[in-house]
Amino acid sequence: MTTIEQAFRDHWGSVVATLIRLTGDWDLAEECAQEAFAKALDRWPRDGVPSRPGGWLTTTARNRAIDRLRRRANEQAKLQEVGAMLDVGWRDDDEFGDDRLRLMFTCCHPALPLEAQVALTLRTLAGLTTIEIARAFLVPPATMAARLTRAKKKIHNAAIPYRVPAGHLLPERLAGVLGVIYLLFNEGYAATEGPSLVRLDLCAEAIRLGRVLVELMPDEPEALGLLALMHLHHARRAARLDGDGELVTLEQQDRSAWDRAEIDAGVRLLERALRRGPAGAYQIQAAIAACHATAQSSDDTDWPQIAGLYNELARLAPSPVVELNRAVAIAMADGPAAGLSVLDALGLELPGYHLLPATRADLLRRLGRFAEAFSAYEEALSQSGYTDAERRYLTRRRGEVAAG
Amino acid sequence: MKYLMLVIGDENMTLPPDQPTDPQPWIDEAGSRRLVGNRLQPSSDATTVRVRNGQTLIADGPFAETKEQIGGFDVLECADLDEAIELASKHPVAQFGTLEIRPFWSS
Repeated sequence: MTTIEQAFRDHWGSVVATLIRLTGDWDLAEECAQEAFAKALDRWPRDGVPSRPGGWLTTTARNRAIDRLRRRANEQAKLQEVGAMLDVGWRDDDEFGDDRLRLMFTCCHPALPLEAQVALTLRTLAGLTTIEIARAFLVPPATMAARLTRAKKKIHNAAIPYRVPAGHLLPERLAGVLGVIYLLFNEGYAATEGPSLVRLDLCAEAIRLGRVLVELMPDEPEALGLLALMHLHHARRAARLDGDGELVTLEQQDRSAWDRAEIDAGVRLLERALRRGPAGAYQIQAAIAACHATAQSSDDTDWPQIAGLYNELARLAPSPVVELNRAVAIAMADGPAAGLSVLDALGLELPGYHLLPATRADLLRRLGRFAEAFSAYEEALSQSGYTDAERRYLTRRRGEVAAG
Repeated sequence: MKYLMLVIGDENMTLPPDQPTDPQPWIDEAGSRRLVGNRLQPSSDATTVRVRNGQTLIADGPFAETKEQIGGFDVLECADLDEAIELASKHPVAQFGTLEIRPFWSS
């Protein structure tokens, strides 16, 4: 990675965030940040990299903003207003703290549609272009551009504030920020659409954002928990697909291909989070992932512990997905028959949930009830919502049970 | 920042007798942030007006025949959307109906 690329990674979000605070104009902030990086590309190879690249970039972008605002403001009164605003904001920089935190909370404001929250976060904080974001979410660039424009308009017109929410609002709003980052990670980790099962670039961006959040809010256990969770999942990326792009189940993954350093990092983050009090949902999920990631082999997995963690998760954050995983964990801890009965109780509440017949089929197969397993695989395959790799897995299993 | 707050609910809904509906405590809390507001007569008393090709078309009823109707409005003056959301969430109708907050086109 070149120095400029690294600087872009490290500083884009801060430059945009500070410029938004100074000017209140999101488009202007992005344009001036872009110009500052273009100038760096021109100057740095010639003059050398400045001692504080971030400061250099922010000052350059800020000067561009002043120029542009001056050109825009014809009346003297307006001009003075611009000058005063920029001056005050600039001098008191330290007491404003890190603007990226403000930017995160505004991007993830619940008054914006979720898809716009995700796109806005990727554009302004991570610095992805509109075209890159459109490609990541498989929508036409014009659609993504319109989505971003609408969101920025609403922020401006409805006066969505640019600040970290006050104490009583913080837990709820922080949950929204964490939710957006995790959604981004999952979109990359288990792509819901498209030919590829994993899109690692989105995972990496989500982890980067999670790290920024932990850096800015070091005392938030759930922020630590989320970052731990993402690391623990991401550490298994090299083993999740085989050479042909086929999904490899957890028990069959080549554990030597797991990234040990990243697993350790995840476990350390989780321990740091758990020292701070009762665990939230991300920490419990991270603890489950840690159980898997630290087991020497699939047979060594501490399933009773995992089943217990899922019981706790089902209490804290009940959802169909959690119930399904709880059933799987119980099947592993107490046998497929016990898991099947949890699953059957769930089936009544979740008709048409696509992962249900697939999980059921796997449990029936383990019980040796091949005829029933076959029809469950048939049922699963008749439903949409699977990626191509999952579909290939189900087809292979169906063939196995048909052969008996 | 000025917002119009539309108070929306099902006109035919029967509320439990212990459900508070008196907006007065909310009006007191809003204080000077509530510039004006009122409850509206039922949507059956509404009249819609359209002019097409020079013809004035009058119809009985609200502009959209939906189960939930606008039952009142308030004009709020708040620092930002978060303040407006917080104020709206304390309105008694928020417990069983819906409040829509729309920023003014210009202040």
